[in-house]
Amino acid sequence: MQKSLHIDPGKCTGCLQCEMACSYEHTGAINPSKSRIKVFDFEHEGRKVPYTCTQCADAWCMNACPVDAIVIDLITGAKVVKESTCVGCKVCTIACPFGTINYMADVGKVQKCDLCDGDPKCVTACPTAAITYVDADWTGLDRMRSWAAKANTAAVAA
Amino acid sequence: MGWNKKVLRVNLTAGTCTPEPLNMEWANDYLGSRGLASKYLVSEIDPKVDPLAPENKMIMSTGPLTGTMASTGGRYTVVTKGALTNAIACSNSGGFFGAELKYAGWDMIIFEGKSPKPVYLALENDKAELRDAAHLWGKSCWETEETIKRLHQDPLTRVCSIGGAGENGVLYAGIINDLHRAAGRSGVGTVMGSKNLKAVAIRGTKGVSGIRDFPAFLAATTAAKKVLADNAVTGQGLPTYGTQVLMNVINEMGALPTRNHRDVQFEDAGKISAEAMHEKRPTDGKAHLVTNAACFGCTIACGRISKMDETHFSVKNSPKYWGASGGLEYEAAWALGAANGVGDLEALQYVNMLCNEHGMDPISFGTTVGAAMELFELGILSKEQIGLEAPFGSAEALCKLAEMTAAGEGFGKDLALGSARMCAKYGRPDLSMSVKSQEFPAYDGRSIQGIGLGYATSNRGACHLRGYTVASEVLGIPVKTDPLATEGKPELLKAFQDATGVFDSAGICVFTSFAWTLADVQPQIQAACEGDWSMEKLNLVGERIWNMERQFNLAAGLTGKDDDLPPRLKTEPCKTGPGKGVVSGVEQMMPIYYQVRGWTPEGVPETATLERLGL
Repeated sequence: MQKSLHIDPGKCTGCLQCEMACSYEHTGAINPSKSRIKVFDFEHEGRKVPYTCTQCADAWCMNACPVDAIVIDLITGAKVVKESTCVGCKVCTIACPFGTINYMADVGKVQKCDLCDGDPKCVTACPTAAITYVDADWTGLDRMRSWAAKANTAAVAA
Repeated sequence: MGWNKKVLRVNLTAGTCTPEPLNMEWANDYLGSRGLASKYLVSEIDPKVDPLAPENKMIMSTGPLTGTMASTGGRYTVVTKGALTNAIACSNSGGFFGAELKYAGWDMIIFEGKSPKPVYLALENDKAELRDAAHLWGKSCWETEETIKRLHQDPLTRVCSIGGAGENGVLYAGIINDLHRAAGRSGVGTVMGSKNLKAVAIRGTKGVSGIRDFPAFLAATTAAKKVLADNAVTGQGLPTYGTQVLMNVINEMGALPTRNHRDVQFEDAGKISAEAMHEKRPTDGKAHLVTNAACFGCTIACGRISKMDETHFSVKNSPKYWGASGGLEYEAAWALGAANGVGDLEALQYVNMLCNEHGMDPISFGTTVGAAMELFELGILSKEQIGLEAPFGSAEALCKLAEMTAAGEGFGKDLALGSARMCAKYGRPDLSMSVKSQEFPAYDGRSIQGIGLGYATSNRGACHLRGYTVASEVLGIPVKTDPLATEGKPELLKAFQDATGVFDSAGICVFTSFAWTLADVQPQIQAACEGDWSMEKLNLVGERIWNMERQFNLAAGLTGKDDDLPPRLKTEPCKTGPGKGVVSGVEQMMPIYYQVRGWTPEGVPETATLERLGL
């Protein structure tokens, strides 16, 4: 079963534990500026929204890459940047409609979410389950369940 | 190592920014943040210095856990000699600024001297420079933050700044970061203003890489987060209701100081409580509270984000206050509300926003208004002197007085002095509910005896956060003690004060102590930092910090006589509630406290105590 990150902004408190965990996993330092997931704070609305790559099936970044540096992880389905191949041309950052693949000036490569080989550290770190890792075919399951719970079963039984 | 081992020294007189190594010997003795910055301060300034003179210094400091995944590890501390108190000041703030300072590669910034003209510090990793702030002077904290981010073309920059209060010498001006987080108390913002320093803007992209044992650190922080999540207060009460969860609890205990401590129960407490913030308003059908919010790294998320009723008299013509903003927290709701007898939730949030916008401590401001209202009711201050009718309970007066104080206009200039100086000016110093010129927070020292002793002995003037015995006396954490009893309170208070010194110095939030004891913090520090950080050592560090602060205050000219409560708490019993008929037993507790501390009957640390602590 393939899985997807599922983000529920309503549960996010903006603590940035996800950014710390992501950056530590990929760089060995606690450094939110290197995180591949970012939490945006719309302070005048009181909303916090974590945002990262959705792992498009037909990925713009992958299609745009002139050196085939972005490959599919066959187990997780993640689109993964092969750093040894990436030439830092940034074409993928232009191609991605969502802005979730970004250039790192200090290493001259791009970076994006790679789902941590199937064990996303942002998910483990999130204290409120705003970020979960769920069946890719059923990302709507929780929402379906909550609507199902509202169904008037008594009326149906009658 | 949890430290970056690097200090930035900013000489505002000369306009220079100089890096220097962190004194690791001191770090080993004082841990970080509050303790370590205080060690620097007491070593570098004359205790008798005028807090607003260039010779005073101001230190912004992180702790070894700041910027790490330790829960609540986003705190920073401002240490200086306080403008309000003439004592050592240490104001601690959450938000995101502290972690950014750490990520830029520094442990602390020492500001010294006074800039000839308004400046702000721009810090991007190693690059530090003082920039002209003429265009920022006069702007609010909110405008300053927005302007700097635009100017730097960097929305990820973190900013702390002073507003009109700090510029105009309001003696309880705070430093605001991330729009509504504050190093609020003791006038640290006033000191910043006296140095012509408007703001500090930081962008840090280096991160924290020097954790001593990362796997052990992850295990320790994960285990400690579980303790917070499983605890009823930190796992449920605080995220759902915020610190405001206390309003009804404390009122029922008869410990909610009301109308300048004349009463201990407020008939409108329910209207300004956490529960009220959740209720839908009749005017627009919306609840006051929008959501809870976390500071950096915090897995509790007690912060409140609210939206005001747009039709309320205070904001109906000011759309800028209609968006979501920070508040109300318990202390502000109490100080602006019960302390003045004001039961209008919307008015309290408006004034709370003004405090954030202009950089004022809502506790000292609110309670100073309470004292002014009492002076008004006694006929000592007239309508003409104040500029308006100011009886207890007037939301209109509260709002107007906040605007006047922030703008430095009219009677606002008297309110800017704080209650001790204002009450003395009008011949009734006894009506100031303060210790060492700093106003009481939201617990009555009569019906909660331990916290009364805590106010009297707090090194930064009256404060609940130096030794929160309320945890034990009200909530039963870690053990339940009788709030009305005086026996055992000196010992209890000392334990809280010493442990708090460690929490504050580690770079974490003291609210974790609703669930954590020092034994939960110790493995996190030990995994992050080089050296021995055993429980024995941490207890010693906490006690050392307390005594060092005490030594500074004594050298500054304070004495045991300043460890006292206002006559009202000692002679006017609680009128209602479980503590009816009770006054503070501070005078009976004090000699025992001094003894427990290893101090002389005059409140001076004994030589043996100092030697034991390596002072």
